[in-house]
Amino acid sequence: MDKYLQIENAEMVFNTKKGRFTALTGVNLKVKQGEFIALIGHSGCGKSTLLNLVSGLLDATNGVLLLNDREIKGPGPDRGMVFQQHSLLPWLTCYGNVYLAVERVFGARESKKELKVRTEAALELVHLAHAMHMLPAEISGGMKQRVGIARALAMEPKVLLMDEPFGALDALTRASLQDELMRIVAETRATTLMVTHDVDEAVLLSDRIAMMTNGPAATIGEVLTVDLERPRDRLALAENAHYHHLRGRVLEFLYQKHIKKAA
Amino acid sequence: MSAVTFNEGRLDDLMNHPTTIKPAAKTPARPRPTPFFQTERGRAVLEWLGAAFRKALPPVIGIALFVLLWQIISTSGGEHGLPGPVKTWESAKLLFADPFYDRGPNDKGIGWNILHSLYRVGIGFGLAALVGIPLGFMIGRFKFLAGMAAPIISLLRPVSPLAWLPIGLYIFKQTEPASLWVIFISSIWPIILNTAAGVARVPQDYLNVARVLNLSEWKIFTRILFPSVLPYMITGIQLSIGVAWLVIVAAEMLTGGTGIGFWVWDEWNNLNVEHILIAIFIVGIVGLLLEQALVLIAKQFNYE
Repeated sequence: MDKYLQIENAEMVFNTKKGRFTALTGVNLKVKQGEFIALIGHSGCGKSTLLNLVSGLLDATNGVLLLNDREIKGPGPDRGMVFQQHSLLPWLTCYGNVYLAVERVFGARESKKELKVRTEAALELVHLAHAMHMLPAEISGGMKQRVGIARALAMEPKVLLMDEPFGALDALTRASLQDELMRIVAETRATTLMVTHDVDEAVLLSDRIAMMTNGPAATIGEVLTVDLERPRDRLALAENAHYHHLRGRVLEFLYQKHIKKAA
Repeated sequence: MSAVTFNEGRLDDLMNHPTTIKPAAKTPARPRPTPFFQTERGRAVLEWLGAAFRKALPPVIGIALFVLLWQIISTSGGEHGLPGPVKTWESAKLLFADPFYDRGPNDKGIGWNILHSLYRVGIGFGLAALVGIPLGFMIGRFKFLAGMAAPIISLLRPVSPLAWLPIGLYIFKQTEPASLWVIFISSIWPIILNTAAGVARVPQDYLNVARVLNLSEWKIFTRILFPSVLPYMITGIQLSIGVAWLVIVAAEMLTGGTGIGFWVWDEWNNLNVEHILIAIFIVGIVGLLLEQALVLIAKQFNYE
């Protein structure tokens, strides 16, 4: 399916104290089922806004967003969201956090036992079976983010939405989570939309990179196809000329065509 | 405490045998057992004692100075001065020798009086919590209700608790419900306000989770709102029990019958000043214990 997720002429205008502010305009994007798309751009360009339109947390002022030929109206569990600040509920264990999502989606149809199996499977997928009964305060930042991914994936969403999921982590943890995400996405064939400002992350993970112009009235300026073979290995890619070429294309877009003046 | 410790046995050895070549020992020398305070455990005990001492020192000095000041004030008053610490202590020993006697309606042991006061605080505060917590949730959740409640709360909250007593006496015609009413009305505000503030401050992150998962209102309440508000609620309860305990003493002075407040007034009428001083300590200590108990509960709900 070529048009699994479809964004047509999306526009987002905010009413602020200083008047109307056009964050996004004329955004068009078609995402295939199973595709991994990275949204990259300078901070403040509206990439998170675009993700929130897809998640339904925000309503587009104009334009149409379709998921599997259905219009997106409000948030729903068919779109799994991984937040930048993990957003785990601190009074629930890792298991409890994932179970809350599983129960919401499958609770009406499945037995408690089946829900338990699903929850455990999701935590095993992110290699956290051992920390299942710990509270978020007792685990590291990287582990929290993995619970967030498990929570999103446990709902078997049509699209996985990630808002700079590794932005708050240190470089080493980030690298290992990127590898883990590649494995998980390969295993689950999840259609993924990921916001990032990390060029290497975008090239390493995605099938296509949607590069956004600077706001206000930002839009997708260019879409770059990342035709690197999978599975990808970060060490091998370091020597790969094509990888560097693609990386250069993104950098060129961000730092030559759409440089952002320091505030 | 000095970190350097000499093992005297080894020092001796070194002085007697300065060379590294030791004479062939006839029998393998039995090592002298290390003194307890040089072993690992011994040092830990010393360390702990030192830390406890350093922590206890300022309060002990403070209390000692306080008692000294008390003694000075009492002796400087001459014959009609305040009873001194020793006299008060003797009197307290007598008083607590039989705390639970009962000789008719106006003559009960100190234990009964304390329990009566605590009972009133419990009932009055319990009713305040029963009404105040749901009210706080509604005010926090619905802007409109908050707007409605704001002028009333701002107007009534600063009213001195005892000003409510005549209203209670007029409505209930009896002293017991009237004093409960005073506790209720003066301790309800911190509960309402803190609960409402907690609801208004539920992190947007958590509410976004609720929206993305599309949780039902009931699940939002039980899994997100309630646990998130709980620490605020407990702060409100803490403040409100503090207020209730302050108010009960004053209310009982006016309503009479039983209770620590009544007892203070009764002893004033008997001109038993030692007992009044003891009552002040009792009120302080019970208040402190209530506070500490709630701090312990609050610690249970600190998630970070």
